[in-house]
Order: sequence, then structure tokens, then C-alpha cells
Amino acid sequence: MRQPLVKIEGVYKDYQLPKKYLFQKAPVFRALHGINLELHQGTSFGIVGESGCGKSTLARIVMALDEPTSGTVFFDGQDLFNMPAGELRHMRRNFQMVFQDPYGSLNPRKNVMGIVAEPLDTLKEKFSFAQKKERVGKILSEVGLNATDIDKFPHEFSGGQRQRIAIARALITRPSLIVADESVSALDVSVQAQVLNLMMDLQEKYNLTYMFISHDLSVVEYITDQVAVIYMGQIVEQGTTKTLFQRPLHPYTQTLLLAVPDVNPLNKKRKNKPVISKFEKTDESCPFLDRCNKATKSCVNNAPELLENEGQLVACFNA
Amino acid sequence: MTLLQVQDLCVTLNTAHGPQEVISHINFSMDAGEKLGIVGESGCGKSITALALMSLLPLDSQTKGKIILGGQDILKLDSRKICSIRGNRIGMIFQEPMTALNPVKQIGAQISESIYLHLKLNRKQTLERVTELMDKVGLPVSRFGLNLYPHQLSGGQRQRVMIAMAIACNPDILIADEPTTALDVTVQEQILDLIRELADSSGMALIMISHDLGVIAQTTQSVMVMYTGNSVEMGSTVDVFQNMLHPYTYGLFSAIPHVGSSALPGRKRLSSIPGQVPELHLRPEGCNFVDRCSRASKMCKAKKPMATRVSDHHQVWCYHPLSREDKR
Repeated sequence: MRQPLVKIEGVYKDYQLPKKYLFQKAPVFRALHGINLELHQGTSFGIVGESGCGKSTLARIVMALDEPTSGTVFFDGQDLFNMPAGELRHMRRNFQMVFQDPYGSLNPRKNVMGIVAEPLDTLKEKFSFAQKKERVGKILSEVGLNATDIDKFPHEFSGGQRQRIAIARALITRPSLIVADESVSALDVSVQAQVLNLMMDLQEKYNLTYMFISHDLSVVEYITDQVAVIYMGQIVEQGTTKTLFQRPLHPYTQTLLLAVPDVNPLNKKRKNKPVISKFEKTDESCPFLDRCNKATKSCVNNAPELLENEGQLVACFNA
Repeated sequence: MTLLQVQDLCVTLNTAHGPQEVISHINFSMDAGEKLGIVGESGCGKSITALALMSLLPLDSQTKGKIILGGQDILKLDSRKICSIRGNRIGMIFQEPMTALNPVKQIGAQISESIYLHLKLNRKQTLERVTELMDKVGLPVSRFGLNLYPHQLSGGQRQRVMIAMAIACNPDILIADEPTTALDVTVQEQILDLIRELADSSGMALIMISHDLGVIAQTTQSVMVMYTGNSVEMGSTVDVFQNMLHPYTYGLFSAIPHVGSSALPGRKRLSSIPGQVPELHLRPEGCNFVDRCSRASKMCKAKKPMATRVSDHHQVWCYHPLSREDKR
């Protein structure tokens, strides 16, 4: 099998919380709890979970914006957190990010040329202004904007167009990986569809790899090939999109899927019932224990490991 | 019995491009206990409709038409009389539970505010009422004290406080403006269940405003689809969702990815509506959707379509509504 483009190996991330007393050891919040993932060239990998589960922390670590407490990330076989800073800076051309809020992620005082051309300055090769302008114009037409938009400022664009500018900025260095952190969540439905289609077209054209983070399950199901479901910093289920969405094995995945409101008004479907846990949660127990309707005694004393179950990876004793 | 009747409601706001009509000729009526959904993209006027019902529009806005609540036109009332309706007979749940609550006031005080004002209860009775409300919305006072501040609560809990405030005076109408947009799916499910249960048990009418078609489908009986300030399709939720007639409704519906899409063979593209929502001052003369519509004709460019009644509970504002064959 081919070498994965990105290999996330045993990543833990702890954040220090403020101390309550002066001589106390600072309490720690564990945002990521031993994440292992492999992303292959040309595929889309979805990360799903509720707010606060560590999705964005994972994205920041893959982008080398944050350093993991332990574990590491290999990009194309190279250890991102064990290389000289200058080299990492040049590596960054290969992985770019598209952020959530198209209103906050573009500098309002720069024009489109300034925004989109900025990543080019990190490259080893140097470009003249004319070269830059040509390249920006080309990429703008790729993402469905006019080459004449080059002198405009972000406030002159709508939300969907701004997100296209953000995609253009990510694509200008010809990266192989794009991390999209809730990139279409802020957009209206009809515009969201346009941007999703654009992202899929670009993927086919440039053989891009997407790490697609979202809380919107239908969007993830639509765009990705593989999915990992994260709960409290741990992967609880992982598999191909098709099998995971059709046959979710982990109770958390099942809860998430059932919670999505159905667009058919006649289909008043079976819904999640509130769970009253019979068990007391300890540090050793399964993280999902207090919200699980399938919990048994074995879940209290041990946390289940991520094991293969009918072609999927599931962390549950009762799946 | 008709509880609320909105007749020919038009709202004009002052914008950078001069006064613009942001809602034009909206008509709908609601019976007690009815659940109405308003759906559309941002900028379509759904929130302005809600604000008009609450008389919370900016002072320099102009309103035409009638909003008749229990026999009186609330647009003609003076501000003092409106105060006795707002929060008392019409309650509203705002979109952002993070910003809609006052960060420096305890939640108990925030919930009791409208009870003091409208129900004129004494301290002890108010406290009882607040306790009762907190229980109702799933924040038992034994666990969630009245002296908590909003920042000590999660998003879902804050939204529950908002709901308690909105239903504090047993309003006739509850307006929920995107109540779950900022929440996770599992929390969204709980909040929608809560709103539905409260409306059912007390006979409140509910106006649910959302851009999420799933939320509308699961919570409402009738629905109004809006586009750039006009209603484009209206009818019972089942009729509209099963037999959508306006090209915009259909476009909106086909643009959302559905859960279960991976079961279909091959990777398909989503069908998107071409172009984008026109800005207020650039709206076309005829039908507002004309530039994005594949069925547009000369007639659509020249004159705005009037309502066509398809059945008792279904009307559409389009010259060329879709037939069953078009949707294959």
C-alpha cells in the first residue's frame, strides 16, 4: 500500500488551565487523547463531533500551528515537529487551511491581490509582481471569480465569494493537503452547495487531499470518503463514509445520526430518548458512559480501545 | 379562531442606498396553537417579519399594512400599549443565546423581569413562577441556582433560559428566530423537543424561523418560503415539502446534502442555484428570482407574479410553477 500523505501518530494535547491556588500544580485539560489517523493522497477525510470535542485542536496540530504534548504528525514521511523552523516554513506550502468565518479570516485592509498572493512569499522561489499577478488571476478564475476582482477589497464580496477567495489563497501554493475547518458552515444553503461543488471539482483537478472538519453530518457524508467520529478527544468510530453512515456501530454515532432533523415532514421518526445513566463515571470508564443507553458494567472500569469490527474501527464493548 | 392576521405587511428600512422595501406584501394568518414555519436564506426578510410582529424595528423604518392580534392592529398602537403586548402576549426566542442574555445579570433576575412588568406579582409569587419556569425548561432550581450568570451555562442551557424568559407570561404566540442554529445536533434535538412540548401543552401558537428545512419539517404544520422580502410559496408543511411548486423552493431543497446520500451510487454533484441573492437595491423589476431561475420568461421580467392558489392550503407566487415531471 502507498505511503499515507499525512500520518498522525499517537497525538495527545493537554492545555493548562488556570491555577486556583498559588502553589497548586496547574490543572490540565486533555483536548486530544491518543489520535491515530492516516490520510491518503486524493481522498477526503471527515472529522465529526460536537463543539469542544477537539476537532479544531486536531486541525491546528495537523497544520503545525500547535505542538502536540506527545505524539507527532508525519507529512509525506517527514516529521513536522522535528525539523528546523525554516524548513517547516517551506513545508507549509504543501498544507493550507480554509477557515470557518469568511468575514473574520480575510484582512479587510488588503485587496484580493494582497490576500491571495501572500502565501507565495513563503516559497523558496521569488516572484516578480507581474508573475504574482498572473498567478493570482489564474487561480481566481479557477475558483469562479473574475480576474478583474483582483483590486477589490473583501467588503465588496458576499459570504460565498469570500470563501472562494479563502480557497484561492489556500490553493495558490499548489498544496497537496487542504484542511477545511467548518468551511461551509457559515454559508447559506444554496451558496454552500456551490462551494462544496467547487471543492470537489478542484479535488479532481489537482488530486487534492481534504481534511474536512464539520459538525454538519450531511455535508460530511456528502463530501468525504472516510470519517472519524471524535468524542471528548478520542476517536470513537472510524471507517469509510458509506459503511459508517449506513451502519453506525458506536452508540454516539447512532445518537448523532438520529438527532439530524428529517426533511420529510411525514417521517416522524424514532428519536433519541434522554439517557439516565445507571453508572457512576470514573477516570477509567468509557468517556461516553454517562450518555450511553447501552452501557454495561464493563464500561465503568475500563475504557474501550479502538478495535476493528466488521471493517470499521469502533471503541465500544457493546457495538 | 384567528389569533393573528398579517395583512399586506411592507417594511421599508433606510440603507446606504436609500430607503429599501425589505419586506413586501406579506400575508398570513394563524389560529391559536398553530405552528407556522418561515424559511429562507439570510437577507430574505424572515427576521424582519419577526421583529415587525414584536414592534422592535428601528425607529426610522416605515411600516405599511396591518398586524391584527386579537382584534386590534398593533401597528397603530402607541409605544406604551405595545409594551403591554411585547413579552406578554408575544414572546420571542432570539438566535444567539450567547449575546441575547445580559452577561452582568443573574439568570433568575432576567427571567423575572417580564413577570414583574406584566403579571404584577409580588416578590414571593415571582420567585415561585421563576422556579416553575426553570423546572419546565429542564433547569431544576435545585441544580441550577437562580444566582448563576449566563457565562456559567453551556449554549444549550442558555437557550433554555431564553425559552423560560419567552414563555414567562404565557404568551399567545411564541416566536423562535433560529433558536438552534448555534447549537450541536444533539442539543438542537432537545431544544426543539422542548419548544414543541411547551407549545403543545399550553396551546401557544409557534412561529419557527429557520434556514434549516429539516427543523421546519419536524416542528411546523404550515410553512412560508421567503425570498428577498417576498413570500414565494406558502401552504401546509406536508403539501409544500411533498409537492413544491416554486423553482426557488425546489432549488433550495435540492441544494442541501441529505443524510443517506452515501447510499446512492456514484459521487454526484449537488444541484446548486446559480448566481447569488441580489442586493436590496439591485433587485430586478419583475420577479425577484428571475435572474437565477431556469424557467424565467418575458412575463417574469416585466411584472411581479401574484399568488396562485393551487389548493386550499397551498399557494405559490410564480407564473411557471413546477409540475411533477419537472422534478424528476
